[in-house]
Amino acid sequence: MESKLLIIAVIILGVIAVTRLMKVYDLSSKLGNKNEAEISERHNRLNANLLLLFCASLFIGFLWLIVHFGWSGRGPAASAHGHGLDVLYNVNFAIVLFVFFLTHIFLFYFAFKYVRKPGVKAYYFTHSNKLEVIWTAVPAVVLFIIIIFGLRSWNTITDDAAPEAIRLELFSKQFDWTARYSGTDNRLGKFDYKLTTDNNELALLTTNTIDSAIQNMDYGINGIHDLEAKLNNPELVVSAKERSDMMTTLDRKGRLIRLLHQMKGRHDSKNDAYAWDDIIQKDTLYLCKGTPYELSFRSKDVIHSAYFPEFRVQMNTVPGFPTRFKFTPDITTKEYQDANKDSDFNFALLCNKICGGSHYKMKMAVVVLSPVEYKAWMKTKSLATFKDKYFAKAE
Amino acid sequence: MAAVATEAHGHNDSHDHHEESFVSKYIFSQDHKMIGKQFLMTAIFMGVVAMLLSILFRVQLAWPGEGSDFVSFFLGEQWAPGGVMKEDMYLGLVTIHGTIMVFFLLTGGLSGTFSNLLIPFQIGARDMASGFLNMLSYWFFFLSSILMLVSMFVESGPAMAGWTIYPPLSALPQAVSGSGLGMTLWLFSMSVFIASSLIGSLNYIVTVLNLRTKGMSMTRLPLTIWAFFVTAILGVLSFPVLLSAALLLIMDRMAGTSFFLSDIIVGGEMLTQHGGSPLLFQHLFWFLGHPEVYIVLIPALGLSSEIISTNSRKPIFGYRAMIGSILAIAFLSFIVWAHHMFITGMNPFLGSVFVFTTLLIAIPSAVKVFNYITTLWKGSIVFTPAMLFTIGLVSSFISGGVTGIILADAALDIMVHDTYFVVAHFHVVMGLSAVFGMFAGVYHWFPRMFGKMMNTSLGYVHFWITIIGAYGVFFPMHFVGLAGAPRRYYNYSVYGDFDTETFNIIMDLNVIITYFAIFAALGQLVFLFNFFYSIFKGQVAPQNPWRSNTLEWTAPVEHIHGNWHGELPTVHRWPYDYSKPGADEDFVPQNVPLKEGEEEH
Repeated sequence: MESKLLIIAVIILGVIAVTRLMKVYDLSSKLGNKNEAEISERHNRLNANLLLLFCASLFIGFLWLIVHFGWSGRGPAASAHGHGLDVLYNVNFAIVLFVFFLTHIFLFYFAFKYVRKPGVKAYYFTHSNKLEVIWTAVPAVVLFIIIIFGLRSWNTITDDAAPEAIRLELFSKQFDWTARYSGTDNRLGKFDYKLTTDNNELALLTTNTIDSAIQNMDYGINGIHDLEAKLNNPELVVSAKERSDMMTTLDRKGRLIRLLHQMKGRHDSKNDAYAWDDIIQKDTLYLCKGTPYELSFRSKDVIHSAYFPEFRVQMNTVPGFPTRFKFTPDITTKEYQDANKDSDFNFALLCNKICGGSHYKMKMAVVVLSPVEYKAWMKTKSLATFKDKYFAKAE
Repeated sequence: MAAVATEAHGHNDSHDHHEESFVSKYIFSQDHKMIGKQFLMTAIFMGVVAMLLSILFRVQLAWPGEGSDFVSFFLGEQWAPGGVMKEDMYLGLVTIHGTIMVFFLLTGGLSGTFSNLLIPFQIGARDMASGFLNMLSYWFFFLSSILMLVSMFVESGPAMAGWTIYPPLSALPQAVSGSGLGMTLWLFSMSVFIASSLIGSLNYIVTVLNLRTKGMSMTRLPLTIWAFFVTAILGVLSFPVLLSAALLLIMDRMAGTSFFLSDIIVGGEMLTQHGGSPLLFQHLFWFLGHPEVYIVLIPALGLSSEIISTNSRKPIFGYRAMIGSILAIAFLSFIVWAHHMFITGMNPFLGSVFVFTTLLIAIPSAVKVFNYITTLWKGSIVFTPAMLFTIGLVSSFISGGVTGIILADAALDIMVHDTYFVVAHFHVVMGLSAVFGMFAGVYHWFPRMFGKMMNTSLGYVHFWITIIGAYGVFFPMHFVGLAGAPRRYYNYSVYGDFDTETFNIIMDLNVIITYFAIFAALGQLVFLFNFFYSIFKGQVAPQNPWRSNTLEWTAPVEHIHGNWHGELPTVHRWPYDYSKPGADEDFVPQNVPLKEGEEEH
C-alpha cells in the first residue's frame, strides 16, 4: 500500500516539477522573442547532425546484435530440407541487409547534407521518368528471383511424401503432445473424436472401441441412463440452472449416440488391424536419423502448432481438419550435442499457436537416435501396441 | 458542383456565427474540426492505456516470476497475486494491447483524426458531406472504446485469444477464461467499431468526390487526401468482412452453430458441432486483417508526403507515381491476405499464389520510399519535430518492410512464423511507421487544430527519446525471433529444459527490450505534457506557420463554422509548388493564380 502511495506521489510531484520548468522556459523564451514556427539555424543544424549520428549508432547497434546474437540462437538445421532453407534464408537476409544499409545511408545522408543553408534554394525537381522506371524495374527483378527460389523450396518441402516414409501422428490437446507410430504395417488406424474414452484417449476406430464408446455414452458416469434417472428422480433437489444444464447434456448425448450407432453400422472390422498395431507414445518422441517421416497432425480442442525449431518444421494442428508435414531428421541428438559442444542440449517439440493459459509449457522432448539405437528402442515397444494396452486396461 | 450547392446556404456572410451551446459545440458537435479533435483525444487516451498494458507484460517477460509493485498496482491481488501476473492475464494484456493499438489508436485515431480535420480543409469544403453521420461515427467509436475498456474489468478477464481471436480458442469459455464475457464484450465492441468506421469512411469518400472546391481536380489533390480517400475505400470493402466473421463467431458461441467448430472435446465435454472450419475464420479475419495494415499505414504515408515536401521546401518527387503506388498498394492489399496462413494447413499451392502477390506489393512500397528519399535530395530541409518524425517513418517503413521479404517467402515462413521475428516485423512496419506518422501529423497540424503552437524543443526531446526507444525495443526483438522464441509465451522456462544457450539469448535480449520500452514509454509523457500544455498555454499560431501551400492554411486561425469567411478559395495549381523558379517566395499556395506565362508543373 505504501508503495502505491509512493508511486502516486512521484507522479504528482513529477507533473508539478515539469509545469514549473515550463513556466521558466516560457518566460525566458518570451524574453528572447522566440517564435515556435521559426526553427533556428542552431536547432536545425543540431538535428541534422543528430540524424547522422543516429544512423551511425543504428548501424553499430545492429552489427553488434548480429555479432552477439546473430544466427546462433536457432542453431544449425537438423533435417534434410532444413539445410537448404538455411541457405535460402541467408541469401534473402543478405539482400535485406544490403537494401537496409543502402537506403538508410541515402536517407540519413541526404537529411544531413541538404539541411537548410542561408541563401541556398531547393532544387525544383518534380519527376523523372527515367529514375522512376529504374527503381521500379530493379526491385521487380530482384523480387522475381526471390520468388522463384522461394517457391522452389516451398514446393519441394510441401510435396507428397515418398510412399516408404514412416507415418507418424502427433496429437495435441491442452496442454500436451502425444505421438502415435503407425506400427508394423506403416498405416495409421482411423479415428473419430466421438470414440474418445478414458481407455482410448486418441479416439482410434475399432469394433471394440465403438462398442465401448456406446456403452460409455449410455451407462457411464453422467451417461444417458444416469442423466435420465437423475432428471426423473423426484427426491433429487436441483436448481433450475443445473436442471437445464442436465437437459442440454442429455440432448447432446442423445445426438452423439445416434451417430455412434450409425458408425457401428458402417464399420468394417477388417480395418481394426490398422489401429491395433499402432504404438502410442507420451513424453518423449523418438525418431530415427535418416528416415523420412510423414507427420500428420490432429487436435482435440483448439488450434495448436507443432514447432520443431531445429528441424525447421512447423504446422498448425486444427480440430476437425487433419494437417501434414514431411521431413527427415539427419543428425542424431548425440551428434548435434557434440557438434555444438553443448551436452545439455536436446531437441524439442513446442506449441507455437496460442492455445490457453499454459500454452508456454506445452512441449514434448524429442530424441533422434541412430538406426541401430532406434531399432533397439522399437523392440522395447513391441508388446506395447494399442491393442496390448487397450486390453490390459480393459481388464 | 455540390460545392456550389453548399455555397447557397449563405456562408457568404461572415457574421453568420450563431451562438452554440456547450453541448452542441464540444460534445454532440457536427463540425469536422471538433470531431477530429474528439477522435484524437479518445485515441490518445486509448493509446496510453495500450502502452501501459505493454509495459506490464514487458515486465513479466524480462523478469518472469518476480513480484513487482508496479504490476500489483495495476492488476491487484486477483490478477497478480504478490505482484506476479497470472498466465491468463498475460494473454489478456497481449490481446487487448494489440486490439487497442491496431483498431483504436491507429485506425480510429489516425484516420478519424486526420481525415476529419484535413479532408474538408484541404479540398476547400465547408464541412463533411454529412455532419450528422460524422458525429455518429465518433460516438460509435466512443461507445466501442468504452466497451473495450469495460471488458478489462469483468471477473473472468478480458479476451485472451490474441488480437486475431482465432476460434476455437475464442469460441470456448472452457478453453480459456477470457473467452467468456470478456470475448463477448470484445465482439460487441468491435461490431460497434466497424459500424463507426463504415459510416466515417463512406462520408470521407463522398466528401472527397463531391465537395472539392473550384479548380481542385483529382490530380491537384494533396497526397494526404489521396491517402485518406483510398484508405476509406479499403475500409468500406474490408471491414464488413470482419463484421461477418464476428457475427458468425457470435452465433457459434451463443446459438450452437458450427461455422468454425468441428469435432471438439474441451474440458471433458464432447461437443456436437461438426463440419465447421477454423480456417474459414482465418480467411475472413485476414481478408480484413491485411488491408487493415494498409488502412493504418496509408494515412501515415499521406501525412508524411505532405510534411516531407513542405519541410524540404521542394515538390514531392513523382506526384503521379505516388498516387499510382497508393492505388497499387491498395489493390494488392486485397489479394495477399493468406500469407498469414502459410502453415495453418491451407493448401500449399494456394500458399504459392500468395507468395507471389505478397512480394509484388514490395514494388510500389519501394517506389514510395525512393520518392521520399529523392524529395530530400537537394532540398532545403527544415527540421521541425514533424519533419523528424517523418524521417523516422521512412526509416521504420524501410526497416520493417525489408524483413517482410523474408516472411512473405512461404518456405522461410516455416522457420519464423509466429515467432518474435513476426512481432518485430509488424511492430516496425505498421506500428512504428503509423505512430511516427501520427505524431508527425499532430506536430504539423496542431496549429490548425488548436490555433496554438506546440513547444518545439520538447518536440525534439520527444522525437529523440521515441526513436531511440523504439529501435531499442524492436531491433533486438528480431533476434529473439531468430533464436526461435514463439510469441505469446508467458515465459521461456521451457527453453531452460532443453536449450540453455538459446534460453540465455532470449532472456538477455528481453531485459534489454524492456528497459528500452520503459524509456520510450516515459518519453511519451513529454509529448502528453507538451500537447495539453500547448492547448491552453501555447504560443498563438500564425496563419501559415510552416509556409505551406495547401488550402487549410488559408482559412482563418480561429475556427469558424464553414471554415472560410466569404467565398471558398479557388484552386489554380497543384499543392507542391515549393521553390518554384520565378516565384517570389519559396512557396506558392494553391489558391494563387498562375502568373502570366507560368506553366503548371
